[in-house]
Formats: sequence, C-alpha cells, structure tokens
Amino acid sequence: MKAKSAAAPYAAWMSIFIIVPMILVVIFAFTDKSGAFTFKNIAEVGQYSNVFLRSIWLGALATVISLLLGYPLAYIISHISARRQGMMIMLVMLPMWMNFLLRTYAWMTLLEDNGIINSLLASFGLGKLHLINTQGAVVLGMVYNYIPYMILPLYSVLTKIDSSVIEAAQDLGANQMQVFSKVTFPMSMPGVISGITMVFVPAVSTFIISKMLGGGANLMIGDLIDMQFLGSAYNPNLGSAISLVLMVLILICMGIMNQFDEGENNGGGIMI
Amino acid sequence: MKTISRIYSAVLFLFLYAPIFVLIVFSFNNSTTMSRSVWSGFSFKWYAQLMQDGMLLNALRNTLVIAVIAAVVSTVLGTAAAIGINGMNKWMKRMVMNVTNLPMVNPEIVTGVSLMLLFVFFAKGMGNISLGMFSLILAHITFCLPYVILSVMPKLRQMDSHLYEAAQDLGCSPVLAFFKVVLPEIMPGIVTGMIMAFTLSIDDFVISYFTSGTTQTLPIFIYSMTRKRISPEINALSTLLFGTIMVLLIIVNLRQSKDRKAEENLIEEA
Repeated sequence: MKAKSAAAPYAAWMSIFIIVPMILVVIFAFTDKSGAFTFKNIAEVGQYSNVFLRSIWLGALATVISLLLGYPLAYIISHISARRQGMMIMLVMLPMWMNFLLRTYAWMTLLEDNGIINSLLASFGLGKLHLINTQGAVVLGMVYNYIPYMILPLYSVLTKIDSSVIEAAQDLGANQMQVFSKVTFPMSMPGVISGITMVFVPAVSTFIISKMLGGGANLMIGDLIDMQFLGSAYNPNLGSAISLVLMVLILICMGIMNQFDEGENNGGGIMI
Repeated sequence: MKTISRIYSAVLFLFLYAPIFVLIVFSFNNSTTMSRSVWSGFSFKWYAQLMQDGMLLNALRNTLVIAVIAAVVSTVLGTAAAIGINGMNKWMKRMVMNVTNLPMVNPEIVTGVSLMLLFVFFAKGMGNISLGMFSLILAHITFCLPYVILSVMPKLRQMDSHLYEAAQDLGCSPVLAFFKVVLPEIMPGIVTGMIMAFTLSIDDFVISYFTSGTTQTLPIFIYSMTRKRISPEINALSTLLFGTIMVLLIIVNLRQSKDRKAEENLIEEA
C-alpha cells in the first residue's frame, strides 16, 4: 500500500495550524507594535529572569518529587498479578479524567486557612498551618496533577523488563539492592526519561496552578505569557518573545535529557 | 516488604483521590452560602440548581459539540495521514513526524498563543470576525491529530503489508481492499485514537482559553468561576461526570478482561 497522497490533507492542515502559527510567534517576537524588526522584546525577557528561574526551580522540584513518589508505585504495580495491574493502572489514570481545574480547586478547599486540613489539625488539638498561597502549595498542585504522567511510562517500561534478566543477576550473586541498582533501574531509564519530560514540560509552563494555589504572588512563565496576551499587560510582541524563549529552553532541556537515553524509542514511549 | 508496599500504595492513592472525594462529598452539602469546607447537612439542591443553570448547560453543550466534531474530523484526517505517512520513504516520514510531534513536546500555552495569533491575524483579514466555536473546533482538531496518528501508526506497522496485495490479487479494487482488509485490521487503533481525541478535547483548558474569544466551554466556565468562588453546582456536575467516566471505564475494563479470558481459553483448547 503506497498511498502517500492520503497524508496530503493532513500535511496541509499541519502547515496552516502548526507551522504558520510558529512562524507568527517568531515574527511577533522580533517586531515591535508597528511591525518593524527589533531585538527589544527578546532583550526585555531578561527582566523576567527571576520568573524564569522560579518556574524552572519549582518545575524541577515537582519533577523530582513525582519521580521519587511515582517510581515505587510503578514498581509495586508492575510486580502484582496481571489482573490487579490493570485495575491499579486504571485507578492511577482515573483522576486524570476529571478536569484539572476542578481537582486543583479541590486542593484549595483542602489547603485553605480554614480548610479541611486545618480543621482536621485543629480537631487533634494541633495548631494551624499556613498552606495555601505558598510555593509549597504550587509544587503540591504540580505533583498532584502530573504524577500520573510519571507513573504510566515507568510502569510500561518496568512491566517489559524480562524477568529472566533479573533471575540471571540473582543467580550471579547479586542481592536485592544490586539487582535494582545494576539491572532494574538502568533498564527502566527510557521510562524515567519520558516521565521526567512529561512532567517537567507542563509543570514549567503552567499558569493555572500557580494562580490558584500560589495566590498570584508566585508568578510563573505561563502567567507572564497569559498577562501579555489576555491580561492587563497587553503586549503580544513581548508575549511571543517570552513564548519563544520558553520553547527554546524546553528544547534544550529535552536535548540534554535525550543525551542520557541511549538507543532510540525502545518502548519507554508516550502513553496517555 | 509486602505490607510496606501496600501501605505505600494506599497512601499514594489517598493523595490521588482525596481532592476528588472532597468534591463529591461537598456536592451534597446543604449550605446556603457557597462555603467550600463547612458541612451543613445532606442535600441534592446543587444538583437541582445545576439542571437550571443556563450558562453552565450552554457551556456543556459547546464542549460536547466541539469534542464530537474534533474527534470525528481528527480521526478521519489522522487515519488517512497515518496511512500516507506509512507509505513514505524514511526521510519524508521523519520530517512529517517531527511536525506531528511538535504540538506534543511544545508547552500547551505556546501552542495556544500561536494559534491565537493565527486566528486573530485571519479574523482581522476577513473583516473583524471574532473568535468562537469555529476557531475552537480548528484548534481542537489540531491538537488531537497527533494523538490519533500515534495510535493508528503502530497498528499499521503490525499489519502484514502483503494482506492488502493479496486482497487485490483476489480481485478486490484498491478501495474495496482498503475497506475489507486494512480498515478492520487497524480499527482498534482508530477507536483508541478517537476516544483519546474526544477526552482530550473535553478536558482541554489551556488551548481553548486562548482561542475561544467569548465562547465558553466547560473548562473555561469553571475557570471564570474560580476567580470568584465556585458554586457547589460545579461539584455536582463534576460528580456526575466522574461517575459516568468511572462506569464507562469499568465496562471497558470488564470487556477487556473477558476478551483476555476468551483468548486464554482458545489457547488452551488449541
């Protein structure tokens, strides 16, 4: 079957709706309001380096926490009976089917000063904690929303590891720790890499979680872009410049990550 | 070791489900104010109000209309594309797949603003028509397409390419051979892609937010409420949605395990 032409409508579609818009972003980023070429927007992005650093820091923190929390669960799930595996994975995915705004909103109810967690603490005679509108709350929101994207690729790699490889390591005298650090973990690397990118990219560029749980004080790159396009600081040229820098930044991060991933696409893959 | 891993899983699932549990419980809260965290008795009143909230129902309708159109169009376009890409040479394939991957590796917000720039640009050119349903549908088709392609492609690769030729040798026209042989083979991938497109579209907020103009979809409606206070109506709605999805998933899961059992039986018999 050689039906190359079947892809023609798609190619046209993607040219119009992916490539042209990207070119528009680049054009806007390098022009001023009158349409003249300028580097001013890109230079102006430098003023927001603290926002960029904060976003990267919080995104990286959320990614590391997701990995540390998600890996054990993916490991546990991959070692139970096949029937229960399906059930558990469904349970991991189920929350993703609920709109993330609502789930994040529910965290507001939990974290508020007079919220459920503080009420619970009070009923045990413990003092109140200030939880909402902190960076901790933002990271919590990110971990909560994106941890399934970490667990699923890890799980799909861990189930594919041939158990005879592990048995061989055991036969050769490796103890449990050694089996994990020398065999299981290195073999799960593709899953780790795709998990990290799948959590880090949305976490760095979020603009809702920071607004809802960070109380507006912890501005992130996403909020900055939103402000330039639909918010108070209307300036699509600067907004495009920030978007462009964000895009380049993420491409660089992913390029670095891919350096750690020997061999291409061996099953880690994207799984939704 | 087993107890530790049980406790660990339980704690993590508690973390995943605590907020959802809170939403469901408070959807039955009989509060007069819109209090989020004070329980004042059981009631169905937010469900009753939900049924009468015109704005919300309108947003729900928009969401469903967009999701159905986006799912159908992206499935047709994407399936055709997957077949076409499958027949390309290595170099062409790589180029097209790079473009296909772009919306998936790009942060959603960048895809959103870039589409917004495009639509505003076009709208101005065509005499200041404003963004709305049409631009939303175009945007949704665009971000659903890669997922459809990525679920159809593996099925095409698994398929024996000689099947299609065999059908033609037996007298099928190319079109007939496609519908009789190729389509049934790749159907599972197409269905998965369509379901994925549908759910992605229903749930999308970021891209819709930038391309919607004044049209409201459910996520946009919810967002506009979070800036004030969310009425517990939304809790009621999300409880209903969650319940529906859970029932659907359980049915799908049961069907799959039934299929698996049937397969196992077949193997045993053979």
